[in-house]
Amino acid sequence: MAMLDIDNLHAKIEGEDGKEILKGLSLKVNPGEVHAIMGPNGSGKSTLSYILAGKEDYEVTDGAVTLDGEDLLAMEIDERAAKGVFLAFQYPIEVPGVATMTFLRAALNAQRRTRGEEEVSTPDFLRLVREKAGALGISQDMLKRGVNVGFSGGEKKRMEILQMAILEPKLCILDETDSGLDIDALKIVSEGVNALRSPDRGMIVITHYQRLLNHIVPDFVHVMNKGRIVRSGGKDLALELEANGYAEYQQDAA
Amino acid sequence: MPAVQETVEQVRSIDVDQYKYGFFTDIESEKAPKGLTEDTVRFISAKKNEPEWLLEWRLDAFRRWQTMQEPEWARVSYPPIDYQDLYYYSAPKAKEGPKSIDDIDPEILATYEKLGIPLRERDALLGIESTGGTRVAVDAVFDSVSVATTFKEELARAGVIFMPISEAVREHPELVRKYLGSVVPVTDNYFATLNSAVFSDGSFVYVPKGVRCPMELSTYFRINERNTGQFERTLIIADEGAYVSYLEGCTAPMRDENQLHAAVVELVTLDDAEIKYSTVQNWYPGDKDGKGGIYNFVTKRGDCRGARSKISWTQVETGSAITWKYPSCILRGDESRGEFYSIAISNGRQQVDSGTKMIHLGKNTTSRIISKGIAAGYSDNTYRGLVTAHRKATGARNFTNCDSLLIGDKCGAHTVPYIESKNASAQFEHEATTSKISEDQMFYCRQRGLSDEEATALIVNGFVKDVLQQLPMEFAVEAQKLISVSLEGSVG
Ligand SMILES: Nc1ncnc2c1ncn2[C@@H]1O[C@H](COP(=O)(O)OP(=O)(O)OP(=O)(O)O)[C@@H](O)[C@H]1O
Ligand SMILES: [Mg+2]
Repeated sequence: MAMLDIDNLHAKIEGEDGKEILKGLSLKVNPGEVHAIMGPNGSGKSTLSYILAGKEDYEVTDGAVTLDGEDLLAMEIDERAAKGVFLAFQYPIEVPGVATMTFLRAALNAQRRTRGEEEVSTPDFLRLVREKAGALGISQDMLKRGVNVGFSGGEKKRMEILQMAILEPKLCILDETDSGLDIDALKIVSEGVNALRSPDRGMIVITHYQRLLNHIVPDFVHVMNKGRIVRSGGKDLALELEANGYAEYQQDAA
Repeated sequence: MPAVQETVEQVRSIDVDQYKYGFFTDIESEKAPKGLTEDTVRFISAKKNEPEWLLEWRLDAFRRWQTMQEPEWARVSYPPIDYQDLYYYSAPKAKEGPKSIDDIDPEILATYEKLGIPLRERDALLGIESTGGTRVAVDAVFDSVSVATTFKEELARAGVIFMPISEAVREHPELVRKYLGSVVPVTDNYFATLNSAVFSDGSFVYVPKGVRCPMELSTYFRINERNTGQFERTLIIADEGAYVSYLEGCTAPMRDENQLHAAVVELVTLDDAEIKYSTVQNWYPGDKDGKGGIYNFVTKRGDCRGARSKISWTQVETGSAITWKYPSCILRGDESRGEFYSIAISNGRQQVDSGTKMIHLGKNTTSRIISKGIAAGYSDNTYRGLVTAHRKATGARNFTNCDSLLIGDKCGAHTVPYIESKNASAQFEHEATTSKISEDQMFYCRQRGLSDEEATALIVNGFVKDVLQQLPMEFAVEAQKLISVSLEGSVG
């Protein structure tokens, strides 16, 4: 049994005449694996990540998703998070007035409580944050600022990875984490992600660029188009896409 | 950080729709006959052994009140109040009048204990050791009378007078007579005039020249009795160069009928003095259908009488069925400063019409207004503010920032700012925003593991942070809890 099993997933925008976006998508992710998903704009990559995380704007019309055999789609958003689903947002959201530090701690403790674990002590928490933030080049000063408020595009992405490092999820979904990063930041962030690769953890890395996959080398690459995975392969598939673009797949689907 | 943590915990531990201070203390009380006549006024005055001048003052107020009309301009609506159907005085029956804390009815002590207010100094001291906090002296007002005032001796050694106003009338008549009604005149408004006629108790504070009050002072108001209005009167004077920080808290039992609370608070600062006045108002707000709750019609005003003096109002308004309240500053002394920091939360069927007035009279006077209104459920939340500069107020400056946050789409938020300047050099700045808790914010927080309510509490606490920072530490934690509790059941 795969850790994450997406089977023939169909989903549309919520509402009477909501458009169908996912049209029979299947994907299995096992612990330890890194799956890259590439595909043209609007093919439904972010939608897939939102549906896995439980965003309410979509309606699943067919298919199933399980996490460790449990029906993921039946769970509340925060329940999924506590079970280890983490989404690094393509566009991280601002929460004014809530210090990043406060937010991190509230999130970590909320997840721990849901799992029936002890809350983290203040010294342990501070140590944890200091260590992880240091590795990602995030200053203590930034941690005092409101969540994502006034952060640059690159800073927001780093902050997403910091949250991931602290929450230690089982399934990491990274939606275009490389967009908006300069060359140095791309390296730092990729190292941060690589440090989290582990035999118990699966990852879905959504990206448009081969360059990220030079740093985070995937086990599998999938091409998504019009709400489906239209081709899967090894890491070399990304190189091929880089050279040829998506024209071939778009014709296939038409 | 710990405070937010507590908020989150509080949210988890409380059932929807639960006002935890809603219990009633079963105690025998002595009341004035129902209704309001000259005799009621005389009864109250006699109960308090008041001097003739004060009785005359009250009677004058009563006569004027009879000719006045209840105001209707606020954005609140309620059925007419039958002023003859209320009790204007209710006191717990005491054998003699408590001489020390040990003479106080144990039921009352237990009540305050339940509310988390230690009336025994010993307990208060214990509390401090365990929390590492600062010490707070408390005046506890139960219905119409003050039942205890703590740390009186220690304060007296510093020269600070802190006692029930009924006692101050007897012990410091010259001070009371000089300042009572000097900030809020007897005829100021309908409710203030009513208060002047029938006020029963409240706190009196005098901080002498150059003294920094050695601890926080606080009054805790509790309405217990049925059909009883509470009309407290607070008078605080900071003499030249003095400083005092004063906290006010209030709760009431849950009752089906509405209860009237019409208080008057007067503050006076002389040259270089400062008063910081904080309120956490948590009167019973009524049930979710709008039944019951306190009508809170309060007149609070500070007079920066001296040069370079400062008055700052900080309020967290979470309770009451109806709130009608505009703590204001008269900036009379040159270079004096007024501040108003407010968090007003309404949920269920609550109606809030609150704000402030900054009256710039002196030169180079400054004022700052930060108001955060949060409306949830079916509630209505209005900020009403007035900033004026007198002809002589050269160099007056004001900065106003009013933000409203809506939770759900059945509630309303309104901002009504009035600005008047008769002096061309005055600079008034006004900013206002209205926003909703966005679904994206909620999704983001919940994706990180926070429940619906935890996410709301976190976002709201972020929204009000600027104001919470103005509160003394212990109160900030208290306020933060209250905010979460008030918003119970507002999501989902
Ligand atoms: N809430 C929504 N309402 C309306 N349309 C939506 C909504 N969410 C997604 N869509 C549409 O669904 C399609 C897929 O969008 P999605 O964001 O998943 O694409 P993507 O593959 O992530 O694209 P990109 O590479 O540009 O990030 C697009 O046509 C988009 O406009
Ligand atoms: Mg996308």
